Amino acid sequence: MNRFLWPLIGFVVLVVLLAIGLRLDPHDVPSPLVGKQAPMFSLEKVGAPAQNFSPQEMRGKVWLLNVWSTWCVSCRQEHPVLVEMAKNKALTLVGLNYKEVRGDGAFDMDKIAPDAERELALKRAQAWLKTHGDPYTLSALDLDGRVGIDYGVYGVPETYVIDKAGLIRFKQTGPITPDVFSGKILPLVAELSK
Amino acid sequence: MIPELGHFALIVALCVALVQGVLSLAGAHLRRPSWIAVARPAAKAQAVLIVTAFVCLSTAFVQNDFSVLYVTQHSNSLLPLQYRLAAVWGGHEGSLLLWVLMLALWTLAVAVFSKQLPEAMVARVLGVLGLVAAGFLLFILLTSNPFERLLPGAEDGSDLNPLLQDPGLIIHPPMLYMGYVGFSVAYAFAVSALLSGQLDAAWARWSRPWTTAAWCFLTLGIALGSGWAYYTLGWGGWWFWDPVENASFMPWLVGTALLHSLAVTEKRGSFKNWTVLLAIAAFSLSLLGTFLVRSGVLTSVHAFATDPKRGIFILLFLVVVIGTSLALFAWRAPKVGLGGRFGLLSRESLLLTNNVLLVVACASVLLGTLYPMVIDALGAGKLSVGPPYFNSVFAPLMIPALFLMGVAPFARWKQASVAELARTLRWAFLAAATVGVIAPFFFGTWKPLVALSLLLVAWIVLATLLNFVGRVQATRAGGSFVGAAIKQPRSFFAMHVAHLGIAVFVVGVTMVNGYQAEKDVKMEVGDSVTVGGYTLRFNGVHTQQGPNYMAVVGDLDLLKDDRLLRAMNPEKRNYVSSGSPMTEASIDTGLFRDVYVSLGEPIDKARPEDAWAVRVYYKPFVDWIWGGCVLMAFGGLLAITDRRYRRHAAPVEVAALAQKA
Repeated sequence: MNRFLWPLIGFVVLVVLLAIGLRLDPHDVPSPLVGKQAPMFSLEKVGAPAQNFSPQEMRGKVWLLNVWSTWCVSCRQEHPVLVEMAKNKALTLVGLNYKEVRGDGAFDMDKIAPDAERELALKRAQAWLKTHGDPYTLSALDLDGRVGIDYGVYGVPETYVIDKAGLIRFKQTGPITPDVFSGKILPLVAELSK
Repeated sequence: MIPELGHFALIVALCVALVQGVLSLAGAHLRRPSWIAVARPAAKAQAVLIVTAFVCLSTAFVQNDFSVLYVTQHSNSLLPLQYRLAAVWGGHEGSLLLWVLMLALWTLAVAVFSKQLPEAMVARVLGVLGLVAAGFLLFILLTSNPFERLLPGAEDGSDLNPLLQDPGLIIHPPMLYMGYVGFSVAYAFAVSALLSGQLDAAWARWSRPWTTAAWCFLTLGIALGSGWAYYTLGWGGWWFWDPVENASFMPWLVGTALLHSLAVTEKRGSFKNWTVLLAIAAFSLSLLGTFLVRSGVLTSVHAFATDPKRGIFILLFLVVVIGTSLALFAWRAPKVGLGGRFGLLSRESLLLTNNVLLVVACASVLLGTLYPMVIDALGAGKLSVGPPYFNSVFAPLMIPALFLMGVAPFARWKQASVAELARTLRWAFLAAATVGVIAPFFFGTWKPLVALSLLLVAWIVLATLLNFVGRVQATRAGGSFVGAAIKQPRSFFAMHVAHLGIAVFVVGVTMVNGYQAEKDVKMEVGDSVTVGGYTLRFNGVHTQQGPNYMAVVGDLDLLKDDRLLRAMNPEKRNYVSSGSPMTEASIDTGLFRDVYVSLGEPIDKARPEDAWAVRVYYKPFVDWIWGGCVLMAFGGLLAITDRRYRRHAAPVEVAALAQKA
């Protein structure tokens, strides 16, 4: 055995690891919430203000919670996929509109009164759903992002699959691509709905 | 029109690079003088073309041409001119163009300053450099074209990342890239030597000044990056063991080993295979660094947009460049002779030990950097490796290395004697030990790690002085001491200056780690905070309008013993076009300490004129860290201007040219 081959062998091993590493996403952190109860909340509905929504109402159903907002660029990219998904009647898609106003860098929050923030958020969210299509059964308004914190949201969009018992079974960080939808979400929902 | 001209120049440059690579190498192999003769003109044409492309891109930035996508993404009409120019390398595409520009300039330097080298050798070196350039040009043209149009053009650009709007960014990347890319010359020399089978002292002698020049740039580049992080990130830290920092540090460690190994190969003809391997490794690590930074396989604070296509391309490129050179090494190395023999204790063996320590240090940095990815690749979970790992692995490796640094200059080539070394150095060691034990008392508490580090510093300084005086005494032959001292060759000064640079650097690191103090406080108008004997008084904030940002400026007074030293004005900036905030620390720099203030957030956002969170640091000797780096680089500069190179007038001009670039 030629001992001068060792550097080359070491390099080949390194390349194999790098090639595998290239297919992984270091930002894709598994959510510690997977397998746990979906946190409870009660929030106003975007489509029907003054009415509240709580995950309690979804008991016995498999449903998806999608975190979105109008200022989020990736949400715009994801939206057509969601609209397509919504055509499948077997899926229940609930939206969580996240920090609609204060998440948008364009506003100076010191100059916006709490009531005005709510009004503005509702107006912006409703207008957006009207222009781009509304894939959601309903959307809840998480104005200050507290529910988002409970769910461990650290980037928008994110999507949670929640089973009949109210357990989070899967979390997608970043936009849902057609591949993720047909490869992961759809089979999982079918399995859980059995 | 201008962007298209730049794009076209890059395409032609690729063709020229291919011709330069293939014809020169084939010509050298088949001994065809007419093909060999292509190498130099091709290298010059290549440089002209790439400079043209670079100027075209710069022009697009200067003219605010927002119909070029890259300009739109990284500039803005409000951006001051110097930052518009620096923005040329503020993103991925432009960074690569800068990489290629540096490579073209190094290649040009080799083509111009290699008259005394055999023609076939020059052709091989330029051929290898041409192929490397071809790979990078292909990468730019296929995946990262900076000249891509945005039609219709944008109204205005989305601005340069505010973190990068800093004088440090104007010079940090070019310096760092000069270093990274400079190792390509040492690499090309090594591969040519393997191809021709002539691994001899002459090869080592030619490689040395080029390697030293690249090493100087890399040293300065890393120091600038560290200094930049210190004053712009607002945490007062100077090194974070971030993957991108590690990517630049690994070639430095191996490059340092290579410098010493080349010295042995030149003087004694030993370690030839080891030296070749180090030359290949130094450049491979530069390429690996590029891969890690550009492919997004690692999480880092240096967030670059990532694209899987780019990652795959660089990985393939790595396979071709590093794979073929290591295969060539495995094929040729067994036939290379061992060179001069040496004893178990000799200057050779001491240098080899230091070499191994440096390489092991580099390997441990590589391991720590890649470990999260490896664990993820093996499906064993997610984790991150932080400073505790690096510090606990790195320090034990550097302690013996620092100790040997004092000994090696005294050891004879071939065979040294323990008794003789001990006799020469015993008093120096005793004195150093005394300094190490006593010095920490002057700075407050006695800490074992501080004592050990200061002992090693004193050891290096005393050994250096002893070696210098001994050498001068031995050569003065009755003449005056000063007269004999200034007649010493520059390479002798070079070694000692660089080693003293290390000592100065270690003082900085030790004192900052041992005795820095920080306070994170809430301050209202009139409040004071005391840290390290200095008092800061908060007089409130005012707002200020910058060219492309709004700033809240803190008004603080720095006092010592109730005497006002100066006003300090840390800023909190908000950049208009991107809406991103930026912290601008205010630092009172001194030879023996820095006082560092940065503004946090207002306690109550609705009333920013009231109380603020303020971070205050007292950092003893922190500037010695960068001062040490400058000394090291200056040592390198002395080495390349040594008389034996000046006779051929080559590397001096190279250094001058490189500085201009």
